[in-house]
Amino acid sequence: MNRAVGRSELPVPEASLWVLFRGQLRRDLKLALRQPAELANPLAFFVVVITLIPLGVSPEPEVLAGMAPGVLWIAALLATLLGLEALFRRDRDDGSLEQMVLRAEPLYLPVLARMMAHWLVTGLPLTLLVPLLGGMLNLPPEARWPMMLGLALGTPILVLLGGVGAALTVGLRTGGVLLALLVLPLFVPVLILGVSAAELAASGLDPAGPLLWLAAGASFALTAVPFAIAAALRIGVEAG
Amino acid sequence: MYIPEPLRRLWHRLGSPRWFYETSGPWVPWLGAAAALLITVGTVWGLAFAPPDYLQGDSFRIIYIHVPAAYLAQAGYVLMAVCGVVLLVWRMKLADMVMTAIAPVGAAFTFLALATGSIWGKPTWGTYWIWDARITSVLILLFLYLGIIGLRRAIERPEAAGRACAILAIVGVINIPIIKYSVDWWMTLHQPATFSITEAPAMPPIMWVPLLLNVLGFNLLFALSVIQGTRTEVLVRERRTRWVNDLCREGSMTYTGDTEMSLDRQ
Repeated sequence: MNRAVGRSELPVPEASLWVLFRGQLRRDLKLALRQPAELANPLAFFVVVITLIPLGVSPEPEVLAGMAPGVLWIAALLATLLGLEALFRRDRDDGSLEQMVLRAEPLYLPVLARMMAHWLVTGLPLTLLVPLLGGMLNLPPEARWPMMLGLALGTPILVLLGGVGAALTVGLRTGGVLLALLVLPLFVPVLILGVSAAELAASGLDPAGPLLWLAAGASFALTAVPFAIAAALRIGVEAG
Repeated sequence: MYIPEPLRRLWHRLGSPRWFYETSGPWVPWLGAAAALLITVGTVWGLAFAPPDYLQGDSFRIIYIHVPAAYLAQAGYVLMAVCGVVLLVWRMKLADMVMTAIAPVGAAFTFLALATGSIWGKPTWGTYWIWDARITSVLILLFLYLGIIGLRRAIERPEAAGRACAILAIVGVINIPIIKYSVDWWMTLHQPATFSITEAPAMPPIMWVPLLLNVLGFNLLFALSVIQGTRTEVLVRERRTRWVNDLCREGSMTYTGDTEMSLDRQ
């Protein structure tokens, strides 16, 4: 596992799509883990936003309990958005994005690997923070698992949809604000489904419905959206 | 697959922005006149002569503006996505120009639908804004339009901007039904229908004929705005071609002497 994975080291005759996918995933994870500060920023943002809510709205446990699912989801949405900017930017700056686009193999797989790597370092930690932050917001214990499951299913959708926006704005100087305008409206269904799963569970009902919808959305997004990201990347590289 | 010959010829001709510019020119005044006539008759009839609703009184009359605007707001986005597909699949430049023209017009109709709906809400619901499912999804539609406009403004090269907007429009159009149903569902979950849009179950013809006239008129107005926008876009994008230069020179020929023309031609 220790050997550095450079593209030149891939055994050319065996260079199957799986090798391509695995190589990209490993490279992206390694790059992300070497920059722990950048990795921690969206998470810190998530925690800070959550902290602001009791200060700005009300520290009453009952009020917080009612708002907790919505607040956690909105903070997760914004934290995801914050992480999106960096998704393709560094690769574009050092030229490796162009190499990725120019490669003969389909762009779908490296894009899927990149999105998976990004989710592993943003969406997954957000999900794992829920027990802690939910406790601080007095999230009802029955809602904790539906909340986590909802985030685990919903954040991949957010990352993938956001990836389209990030790819479209990768070459632009004024990417940030525009990116928010492009992707936040698309996040609406995920927000609604995720919050309602947690709220249903909090009021003692079965949260399976919205969670199944989220699962359906995640499978569809995982299948279809990388094509859109790939197409957007080709344009984004040209536009820059 | 059999495609009738005239249709095939039209499809190929649409590949030429110049053909579109020259063919659409004579249509513009007729479209404008027809739209003005239909909207005037429909609106005057609807606002002044149609009987008041037995439940909502005179406030229902806003549907004569609101319904056509709301319907065109949604249709415009779908049309933009269709143009996006045509652009990405056939690389038809004209589709991009039409898409550019639709975005601001569609956003304006969406805003009109929101504004008229909110004005209607004041006498009916007692407030200008409530988070009703339909209002919320139209507001999100407005954001989607603004995103498209913003993206096009941000990318400098028009070809790249067009294809980027095409992808965004296609992703958006797949999302629109999902957003709509999720918002409807959110409403049923949060608020049991406190307000329901009460409309007379069957309108008498004297009420729906003006609506029909206005729907037709607004359609023509939409088409007119998009065609005019597209024509402007054709001229801007093709400004380096000879035919546009000739066109501009024709406009100023009255005071350009022959000598200068011949100098230019060399």
